[in-house]
Amino acid sequence: MDQIISGGGTPARSGGLLYSGNDWNFQIIRDCYDAIEEIAHGELGLETYTNRVEIITSEQMLDVYTAHGMPVGYKHWSFGKRFIGHENAYRRGLMGLAYEVVINSDPCISYLMEENSATMQALVIAHAAFGHNHFFRNNRLFREWTDPSDILDYLEFARGYIARCEERHGHRAVERVLDAAHALQNQGVNRHSGARKLDLKAEQQRAKERRAYEDSVFNDLWRTLPTEAGDAAGAAEGAHARRLLGLPEENLLYFLEKNAPRLAPWEREIIRIVRMIAQYFYPQPQVKMMNEGCATWVHVYIMRRLHELGRIDDAAYLEVIHSTSNVINQPGFDMGGGASFNPYALGYAMMTDIARICTEPTAEDREWFPDIAGNGDAIGTLRHAWAEYRDESFIQQFLSPKVIRDFRMFRLSDDTAQPYLLVDAIHDEAGYRDIRRSLARVYDPGTFYTEIEIVDVDLLGDRTLKLEHRTRTGQLLQARDARQTLDYLAALWGYGVVLNEVDTQTGAVLATHTAEPAP
Amino acid sequence: MDIIDRRPNPHGKNLENRRRVLQRARSAVQTAVRDAVARGKIREVGQGNAISVPADALHEPSLHRVFSEGMREIVLTGNREFSRGDRLQRPPSGGAGQGSGAGQAGEQGGGEDSFRFVLSRDEFLDLFFDDLELPDLLKREISTTENGVPARAGLSNEGAPSHLDLGRTMRRSIARRLGLGRPKPVELQEVEERIAALEALRPASAEELEELEGLRERRGMLRQRLARIPWVDPVDLRFRRYTITPQPATRAVMFCIMDVSGSMTERMKDLAKQFFLLLHVFLERRYKKVEIVFIRHAESAEEVDEDTFFHDPRTGGTIVSSALELMHTIQRERFPSANWNIYVAQASDGDNASSDTTRTATLLRDDILPAVQYYAYIEITGSGAVIRGETDLWRSYRAIADENDHLAIRQVGDRKEIFPVFRDLFSRQRDTAEA
Repeated sequence: MDQIISGGGTPARSGGLLYSGNDWNFQIIRDCYDAIEEIAHGELGLETYTNRVEIITSEQMLDVYTAHGMPVGYKHWSFGKRFIGHENAYRRGLMGLAYEVVINSDPCISYLMEENSATMQALVIAHAAFGHNHFFRNNRLFREWTDPSDILDYLEFARGYIARCEERHGHRAVERVLDAAHALQNQGVNRHSGARKLDLKAEQQRAKERRAYEDSVFNDLWRTLPTEAGDAAGAAEGAHARRLLGLPEENLLYFLEKNAPRLAPWEREIIRIVRMIAQYFYPQPQVKMMNEGCATWVHVYIMRRLHELGRIDDAAYLEVIHSTSNVINQPGFDMGGGASFNPYALGYAMMTDIARICTEPTAEDREWFPDIAGNGDAIGTLRHAWAEYRDESFIQQFLSPKVIRDFRMFRLSDDTAQPYLLVDAIHDEAGYRDIRRSLARVYDPGTFYTEIEIVDVDLLGDRTLKLEHRTRTGQLLQARDARQTLDYLAALWGYGVVLNEVDTQTGAVLATHTAEPAP
Repeated sequence: MDIIDRRPNPHGKNLENRRRVLQRARSAVQTAVRDAVARGKIREVGQGNAISVPADALHEPSLHRVFSEGMREIVLTGNREFSRGDRLQRPPSGGAGQGSGAGQAGEQGGGEDSFRFVLSRDEFLDLFFDDLELPDLLKREISTTENGVPARAGLSNEGAPSHLDLGRTMRRSIARRLGLGRPKPVELQEVEERIAALEALRPASAEELEELEGLRERRGMLRQRLARIPWVDPVDLRFRRYTITPQPATRAVMFCIMDVSGSMTERMKDLAKQFFLLLHVFLERRYKKVEIVFIRHAESAEEVDEDTFFHDPRTGGTIVSSALELMHTIQRERFPSANWNIYVAQASDGDNASSDTTRTATLLRDDILPAVQYYAYIEITGSGAVIRGETDLWRSYRAIADENDHLAIRQVGDRKEIFPVFRDLFSRQRDTAEA
């Protein structure tokens, strides 16, 4: 509806300055939004969810941080802990607040701080309400794993449900389950299937077809064949039981929710809530760099266009440049940058570089990126990349020698058997590919998530739950944390728990952690 | 696009979560609070209290890998001088270039630092004085009732406008208006409109003229009724009525008696002051109505104000009985034991004129103890008055304490003992055990 209004009103307004000076009001925000929307949809062809812009104070921003930007959340002490942490850092001046926070929902909510200048509000709208919004809507991971239209309602439900549980069962009992579920939330996501909705009708249909097929190929003769007897039967039974439980299962919370024998229904529902929310956040770390790169590139493009069109003045544009260059600063490894990449810096550099390759390729680019070099469609190429890649594959595909040179990247080989660190690749012809591969691996979910599965349950004995962590020497679980987490797991499962850390290559057990439920 | 101004929304969404953190880390926070008090000045208690608790208390465990040995590759930026094949000194742990530092963090659990809180004065004191209680306060609680609290007591026909019960008033008004047949303003309006329409008709038929006549009559009647039957009549008014119900109140008086004689060194005075200050904060915190009387003595006793008591230096010999006498006099005159809960805290180095000790003991046993709820005696050790391991005063007090439960005597030698002794004296368990 608003789009129609803005469409009608824009021609009359276009041309002049949107505002001057620092102060903003709601009309200015509306005008800026309309002007930005024209560029974002018209020139960049972004597809966005309906936007909702909320103005908040710095104090409310701290609340927003605590809840990962979610406008509603259930009560738990860990959020209080995060809140106090942010509050302290902010009060002592260690941390500046972000100008905006945006959440992946439909409508897409962007929070703007009231302290921002008019320019910053415009920048933030371009960055969050269009850059991030487009990314949320189009990137494959978000499309596959999250359901943005439901999340706000679901959070509302979760808060209400947990509050009711606290009333009915006492806040200690609820906290016990939440603590345990939070500890396991990284192991509470489906990594492979995504959030596919089950369709009961389709399931029934499939079952019916399967039966019909069995009937059609039925041959009574097979029934008379002797079955294997003895030990094999026991083993088969075990295998059958495991299959019934859906083992092996990597989603520990899902397994507990469905199979833990001692949980009350409300406890299962709480585990489910934690699991659903963890699932919702699952894609975010995997595309953080791209997401920020996309949003930053979009806001730089839009603000530059606004300036070219004479909609903002030079002072405002200088503020944009100043603020952007602060955000995309990447200190060197010895200048406080350490081993971490600033996702804004790397993301923006790569986006800019792709645009450059598309329009002004060098000979090197033609050799490295024959399919996109000089294709003249920078925006289309970027949109394709934003939709189809995640950080790891994006780096693997698009990190160019030029970016590696610009950042002056180098690779250290850290072998604990050696007393020294070896520089084994730098930004030269021989090192580009090595650096690209290693950097992509840093962003590979396979390396930052641990691979832990429930492999067996001792159904005939004491119901001990058996887990396996597939890893290699020198990459074991942090022992104390593992023990405490297993205690939580045992508390939910109700019986003993064993976790073996197994070498992927040799199959040798490297470490074992056990836990028993508290009596 | 919608723009929503959330600024007027309620703030402090996370206060409840914050409270839960405090609750979760209660014991750790409490230890930290008490350490803070032991280190700092008690005067400053409750003003801008930042405390740190070990992160352990609030650790959130998770299953995560740490790198301890083997091979790994790290990509860094900002190369200025390295070329392929350079060998670098392994930096000391935690230095730059050591990856995420996961190896170090691994050994100490989550690798988090201690956690810092800023507590409000109320939170701070609550935690600080948790489970302390002024002993035997319940005993005479009922006997001293005095101030009243307003409580709802039905309705009345008159009262202050702020007490108007709108719901009831309007209900009565509607009922009365219906009963008396007050016309609705809409009806009158309709009639007037019809009249205007008919008057505009020209020429009008006889029927219309007749109708007009009838309507005019009706209009007159409606107007009259509207004027006569008011919207809200004084008889409709109903007010909430409040009566003052007597509320049992505890009145307590605390006598603080301190020896300020020459034998008390500055250090000892300081310890005594610590004790009284603690007591002072505690009383202010727990009880709304506590009178405090400060008595200091050397050769003679005098009642002083708080500031003089804590800060004015004085020297001289020691006659303890002078203070007890003064206390007894003040108590009889101003705080009759029938109406007051009486507590006494005395601090001394145990030094007393030897001739006075007997008199002191008699005074204490016969006159004071029967009148008071609780008498706490703190002896600051380290004085020269010790004979055969204990001071004269201590010995005579102990004899009395053996017979009287409500005389408690403790020795304090060091600043950090103050709080344990204080807790010991006022811990709630003592009461519940008796009850």
